[in-house]
Amino acid sequence: MSGRLEVMKTYKLYINGAFPRTESGRSYEITSNKGEFLANACLASRKDLRDAVVAARAAQPGWAKATAYNRGQILYRIAEMLEGRSDQFAQEISLQTGASAKESLQEVSDSVDLLVWYAGWSDKLPSLAGSTNPVSGPFYNFTVPEALGVVGAIAPIDKPLLGFVAAIAPILVSGNTAVALASSTAPLSAISFAEVVATSDLPNGVLNILSGQQNELAPWFASHMDIDGLDISGLPVDQHGAIKEAGVENLKRISAFTKSSEPGRILAFMEAKTVWHPIGN
Amino acid sequence: MNFEYAAAPESRSVVKIDPVYGHFINGKWVNGSAHFNSINPATEEVLSSIALGSTADVDAAVKAARNAFDKSWSKLSGRERGKYLFRIARIMQERAREFAVLETLDNGKPIRESRDVDVPLAAAHFFYHAGWADKLEYAGVETTTTPHGVVGQIIPWNFPLLMLAWKVAPALATGNTVVLKPAETTSLTALLFAQVCQQAGLPDGVVNIVTGDGSTGSAIVNHPGIDKIAFTGSTEVGKLIARAVASTNKSLTLELGGKGANIVFGDAAIDETVEGIVNGIFFNQGHVCCAGSRLILQESIADEVLEKLKRRMDKIRVGDPLDKNTDLGAINSAEQLAKIRELTAAGEAEGAGRWSTNCVMPDKGFWFAPTIFTGVTQAHRIAREEIFGPVLSVLTFRTPAEAIEKANNTPFGLSAGIWSEKGSNILWATQQLRAGVIWANTFNKFDPTSPFGGYKESGWGREGGRHGLSAYLKGSAK
Repeated sequence: MSGRLEVMKTYKLYINGAFPRTESGRSYEITSNKGEFLANACLASRKDLRDAVVAARAAQPGWAKATAYNRGQILYRIAEMLEGRSDQFAQEISLQTGASAKESLQEVSDSVDLLVWYAGWSDKLPSLAGSTNPVSGPFYNFTVPEALGVVGAIAPIDKPLLGFVAAIAPILVSGNTAVALASSTAPLSAISFAEVVATSDLPNGVLNILSGQQNELAPWFASHMDIDGLDISGLPVDQHGAIKEAGVENLKRISAFTKSSEPGRILAFMEAKTVWHPIGN
Repeated sequence: MNFEYAAAPESRSVVKIDPVYGHFINGKWVNGSAHFNSINPATEEVLSSIALGSTADVDAAVKAARNAFDKSWSKLSGRERGKYLFRIARIMQERAREFAVLETLDNGKPIRESRDVDVPLAAAHFFYHAGWADKLEYAGVETTTTPHGVVGQIIPWNFPLLMLAWKVAPALATGNTVVLKPAETTSLTALLFAQVCQQAGLPDGVVNIVTGDGSTGSAIVNHPGIDKIAFTGSTEVGKLIARAVASTNKSLTLELGGKGANIVFGDAAIDETVEGIVNGIFFNQGHVCCAGSRLILQESIADEVLEKLKRRMDKIRVGDPLDKNTDLGAINSAEQLAKIRELTAAGEAEGAGRWSTNCVMPDKGFWFAPTIFTGVTQAHRIAREEIFGPVLSVLTFRTPAEAIEKANNTPFGLSAGIWSEKGSNILWATQQLRAGVIWANTFNKFDPTSPFGGYKESGWGREGGRHGLSAYLKGSAK
């Protein structure tokens, strides 16, 4: 490294396909597990969350209208982009968490594989989760799963990349748009992940990423009237009750999960729509 | 020519109503400590004295349900559980007329509806779910086959027996035991259902029925021995329940209010559409959470539809619910009538045009004439709030996109209707509408095989079909 000073990255938010700083002008220091300075991350505010929700809401109808094949290919493309940058992501995970190089590389590989797994669900889950219903009468009757709308996600503190991917992939694959809060202590992986997303043809606003404090932002996620669902897997269990209570005002669909790969994670943020039509001439 | 109908009353001799009822706990009748009257809303005659369930009554019912779950119900194979449900379905069919007359007396709905809709559908729900009991491993990608345990169920007064069936049948089929509270004004068919459980030989404590009011419901919601709550009723109460259980381990499903949009496109078959509009809002006196209470007409055909609708509405026969020719029965309670009057007064005060039919209504009981409001804007209370009565708010649109925008402009998302002769237009609108049940060229159709439930503030979860089972089985999410 002698003679050359490293160009360090400024970690920002990811809202509507752009990389803005927080409107609050606040930042907080991210350190390695040994206490060394790594970066000043944006300390996102309630206003940043609201801006992100506006972007997510605007992007939602278009993303839901994209074909399942198209959504699957875009999620797969994200996996491709991530795979190509495995070393960089592994290094970043190790720096933040102190995980060994091998462990970090495993986390990246798992994240890539998880994206591929969810990508494949896009055009399969609707046939498994839908039904045609043999009603007693001259009607054609069917039920289809449909994206919920805008879904928030509080990513877990540990596993800064895998936990984040496990939160957002099942939300996005069905046609929801997402506003996700990165790991509060290790947000750099999620912010770097935004660079992967930005080169994967995911339409602007479909995934919005904030860095900041869970304690500050989670209640605003819960009470926001234009967020339809919320994944609180990343929050400590003792906070779930208060968050669920705050989400009642718009009967937000709130769930927490223990497994990273399960179709239930997708279905938790889908609605079932039943359609009746008479048969006759 | 004058086509007057002669009176054609259904005989009430088929039902025997006890002067006083207790709770049905652990397979036995248990005396209540306090009582309230259940009246016939068409005559204000007192039908019976109903026990007001206390915290102690609820506690006894929960203990009985837990004991039954641990000792008998969870030990049975799915096949044997299913056979009990088949028995219940059959006994309900055998006693169908009794249920229908009792429902009409207690609720005020026309005998034609209780006889042809409520009771047969309730029996069908038990028959359908009976067959699931030994096939749960095939039920879907999102559930386990493990029941919650003891389920607390709180149901509304608009379809008393049918809502009981929607709740109890899937709960038992999946292996749960039940503490059910019928609505305060309509307990009688639930109490008759308790007799059906006895005739079916259902093990003691598998179904417990505690009658009462909101305080009884609250005791169920807050009882620590209950694993899951299922509620059908208003969005307001649904939110109270959701807050009450937020910090507990109780699962919760909610089927709440609605403000259903019924969209009529310019190419619709007008006469069929008019029938559908009438069915959409005047079925069951409009006491229907999924009623088509906002009629959204394309401007090109609005005048024609309204003229034909008014002509059709004038033929709606309002009166004695036990008369087999009656189309529109009594409003369920004085309280509900006051609510309908308050909201319709607000409709007039806010500037909408009111039109009601000239029907002659009985002197006693609670009645409200079929009513429409024209010139309604989206800001009016009658376009935003659930009236839960025979009152239709009419809005108009020019472009399909405007129709969808107006239809979706509500915090509710339970039902919607589409009237159009063009298949691609129907499917397009179906995709755009944010509602859990869409009726295209029909309205207010229900079936045990067909999942029912709402988007947004109309609820959590579905009832009926494969989807409805998941509410009563443990999932992987918390």
